[in-house]
Order: sequence, then structure tokens, then C-alpha cells
Amino acid sequence: MSINVEAELPDTAAAPGPAAAPDTRTGLLIVGASQSGVQLAVSLRALGFDEHITLLGDEDHRPYQRPALSKEFLQGTVESESLIFRTNEYWAEHNVELVKGECIVRIEKEADGSGVAHASSGAQFPFQRLALTVGARARKLDVEGADLDGVLYLRNADDALALKARVGDARDVVVIGGGFIGLEAASSLQKMGKNVTVLEFGARLVGRAVGEETADYFLQAHRTRGLDVRLGTSARRFTADDGGQSVAGVELQDGTVLPAQIVLVGIGVIPNTELAEQLGLAVDNGIVVDRFALASDGTTVAIGDCANMPNPVPGSAPGERVRLESVNNAIEHAKVAAYSLTGRREEYAGIPWFWSNQADLRLQIAGLCNGYDQTVIRRDEERGKFSVLYYRQGQIIAADCVNAPLDFMAVKNALAKGQNIPGDAAADAATLLKTITTDS
Amino acid sequence: MPTVHFTDAEGAVREVQGNAGDSVMETAVRNGVPGIVAECGGSLSCATCHVFVRDDCASQLPPMEDMEDEMLYGTAVDREDNSRLSCQLRLTDETELFVTTPETQV
Repeated sequence: MSINVEAELPDTAAAPGPAAAPDTRTGLLIVGASQSGVQLAVSLRALGFDEHITLLGDEDHRPYQRPALSKEFLQGTVESESLIFRTNEYWAEHNVELVKGECIVRIEKEADGSGVAHASSGAQFPFQRLALTVGARARKLDVEGADLDGVLYLRNADDALALKARVGDARDVVVIGGGFIGLEAASSLQKMGKNVTVLEFGARLVGRAVGEETADYFLQAHRTRGLDVRLGTSARRFTADDGGQSVAGVELQDGTVLPAQIVLVGIGVIPNTELAEQLGLAVDNGIVVDRFALASDGTTVAIGDCANMPNPVPGSAPGERVRLESVNNAIEHAKVAAYSLTGRREEYAGIPWFWSNQADLRLQIAGLCNGYDQTVIRRDEERGKFSVLYYRQGQIIAADCVNAPLDFMAVKNALAKGQNIPGDAAADAATLLKTITTDS
Repeated sequence: MPTVHFTDAEGAVREVQGNAGDSVMETAVRNGVPGIVAECGGSLSCATCHVFVRDDCASQLPPMEDMEDEMLYGTAVDREDNSRLSCQLRLTDETELFVTTPETQV
């Protein structure tokens, strides 16, 4: 059981009674019922951690998987029940207490790592150790009309439900932001019969997450599939309908107005660092953690989208740091934290990987392409396969693979084993990459 | 009810009741069957829900599509003739499936 103390009782300290539960400060409090929060609880139990675990989230849903929100869930091909991570029975059997709908606004912490977290409801959650799995939130667009009904974001289940509720009546949708979330949602909405326009402020799609060749491939592929993608274009303001409440259009910088009954904004996320800042933890584009997922106080762990960590890829530059937003990172980082919390020091395992499904384009990314100095393209037009291999000083460091799982798997495996795939041989798209993999 | 019998690499058996329409992967993950990782949640992107299906159960399975076939070449433990990705196997009311999970998925 968690201990819920009403904060409005100012005299409980002076007159302790049955209403004032003891501040036992036992167990682990995981703030954020996210992919990383769930994995941390699961991994800890697998490692034999037997203290109480509270997995606390600010949403009213049981912990769920986010990736499908912009794809299968939006399109209605999977039900909400399918997104639930674990059954209630699983959590009960593993002595993990789920707390829903509590937003932690302040945390007091002692030097030994124990403390009390205070929720906006007044509830208090004492802990012996603290884990921050607080994720990131959608960056808001600040233009005139941004608060009109129908201007939506897509980060959590309620966002997806709001979008689904509105989508039936909508004919025209403008998606602002040509990143993964925008393109995934745009593809889903197009498939659902909507007239979709994507506005990307930058000169290419998907920002820095992929190289130029991959961005160009996606631009052409989406345009070929009938999606109206406009680069170097931004909204000047959103116009309202006759009632003045709901969005009706998007006015571009050149004065053009695109009709839109839904505007979906996907312009990136901001890591949720407020609690860490309030705790005095080092923060720099996320909560700064060491190789063992420990924050600057040496006791709190911070993992997943909210954490800025040393680049875990073998061979990366010393001192280089990354903040990764992915399911794979949430899982692997949670495992590192679970070891830390059980007194072991284990470094991040595996190669970061990412995926994004947009219409029939299935992108898989292995590794991080930062700092590449050469690319090799593999293109099989007939079978709709396309891969970009990234090299730094002749060593493969990453690959973007579209509908090419064999390439993806070969690169991921080579990176994990510290092997190389020579670029000149890889340029022949008919060659299976795993047959030319060499020990570096 | 549909039932899946999961045998791990050490031979321990876990029997899990599922719901018709769910995948074998979902059934395993939601109930915490340790041998299934399923990072991508069933979107055929990760090949970490690999199972070996007992031969006499093969008739209960849907045919394999190309994407699954290619992904199976990248599993952590090498594929065999009876390998499938369990996210692609849907339960029906009649399902009584026996699968073995590999030693590792990642």
C-alpha cells in the first residue's frame, strides 16, 4: 500500500493520529508510468529486488505503449486493451503498486536518497530510492489561434483519443512538423481518407534523425503516395470557424489559407526536467546521468526520454552525450538503472535502434549516424527496398533501412559485435550484407 | 479459452490463457512470460518475439508473409524451420498452441 497523507492537515505533525500514516520511507518510487518506468519495475523484479515498488503516473490509464497511438490505434486496427503493458494480475503478483492520475509537483530528498514526493492532489509518496522516468512532453506551437479547438498534439493516450474523437467529422487535416510523429500520423490520416497536408519548417523531412538521402527518399515516397508535403513552410496563424471556437484553416506565411478542421502539431518534445531542477540535479537537455543511469546526486536514477547520458555506442567520442527518444532506449536504459539500484554496475548493452512505420514504408534505424563522413546507398526499386549505410573513417556506424529488414539486422548485428561492413562491397544491393561482414 | 504453452530454453513450462484475437506475443508479454521481449509492440520491427512452434501445431498458424520471413533472419538465436514471430500469430477460440522460447531474444 502507498501512504496517502492529506497535505491539507497542517497539525498532523503536532497531533499524530490514525489519519497520519507513518513516513516509513521504504521502497522505490518510480515517477512516470512510462515505457522506461514499466521496464524498470519489471527488470528489478527479474533481478530479485524485493522491496516495495510504486509505479506512479499522472495519467488515468494503466501503463500503456505509445508507438501505436499514431498508427494502429489511430487507425482503429488495435484496441486500447492491446496497448496495456501488463495485466493487473502481473503487477499484483510482482508486488508493484500502480498509482494512476497523480502528478508529482515537488520532491523533498535527503542525502541518503530517501524522501517524499508531493502530488498536486496533496497525496504524499515517501520513498527510500527515487527513479525519474518522467519522459518528455510535446513542444507547443506559439502562433495566433493555437488554442482553438481542433489544434491537437499527439503524445499520450488522451491526445490520441481526442484526435480520434474529432477525426470522423474532419475532411482536411494540416500536420505541422515533418518528423516521425507527424509523418506517421499524416500517413494514418491519409489512409483514413483525410485530405492531409504536411508543413515542415525546415529544408528537409525528419530533421537530424536521419541523413539527407533518407530524408529525400521519404519526401519522394510520400509525394508519390499522394501526400501534400511542403518544405520550408510554416503557419503564420490558425483561423477560426464562424463560431470562433474551432480551427478552420491554417494561414501560411505567404497568405495562403489551407482549410483544416484538424491541425496536428508534431514539432518535437521537451524533456520533463522540472522535478530534477527542483531537486538540484544537473540538467542539460535532459537530466544528466552517468553511465549507470545515476543523476548528479549519485542516488536518483533517471532514464529514458528524460535522461541525457554518455553516448552508449562503442567507439563514440569520449565525453559525447546523447538523449535518445525511443522504446529501445527506454528498455535498455531501464535495465542499466535496475542494476544500479541492486548494487551492480552494468553498462548499457546493445546498439540503439529505432523504427517508424509510415504507410507501407517501414523504416528501421540501427545505430546513431552522428558524425558520419560517408554514405553508401542500396536501392532495390523493384522490391521497394532502400538503405543508407553510414560510415565514419571507413567504419560502419549506422544504417537507415526502408522495407529492408535484412540490411537492418545485418548492420545491427555487426555493430553489436564491433564488426564492419566494407562500403565498396555493400554498394551492390544484391549482396547480402551479412555475407560481407568483417571483423574490424 | 485459447491456451498457449510456453516452454523456455531450460524446459520450464508456463501455460497462459489468452483472448481470441490477441497475438501470442501480446498474451505472453501481458502476463510476463520472460522469454518474449517484443520491443516494438507487434509492428514487425524488432524480431524479439521469436518462438519455435511445435510441429503438430503448424496447422493452427497463418501463412508467413515476406516481412516476417526476412525479420526471422535477424533473430538473436538462429531461426529453424519451425520459427515464427509470435506477434504474427493470432489466437482463436480453438487455439491450443505449444511453443518454445529461445535462450535469448536480444
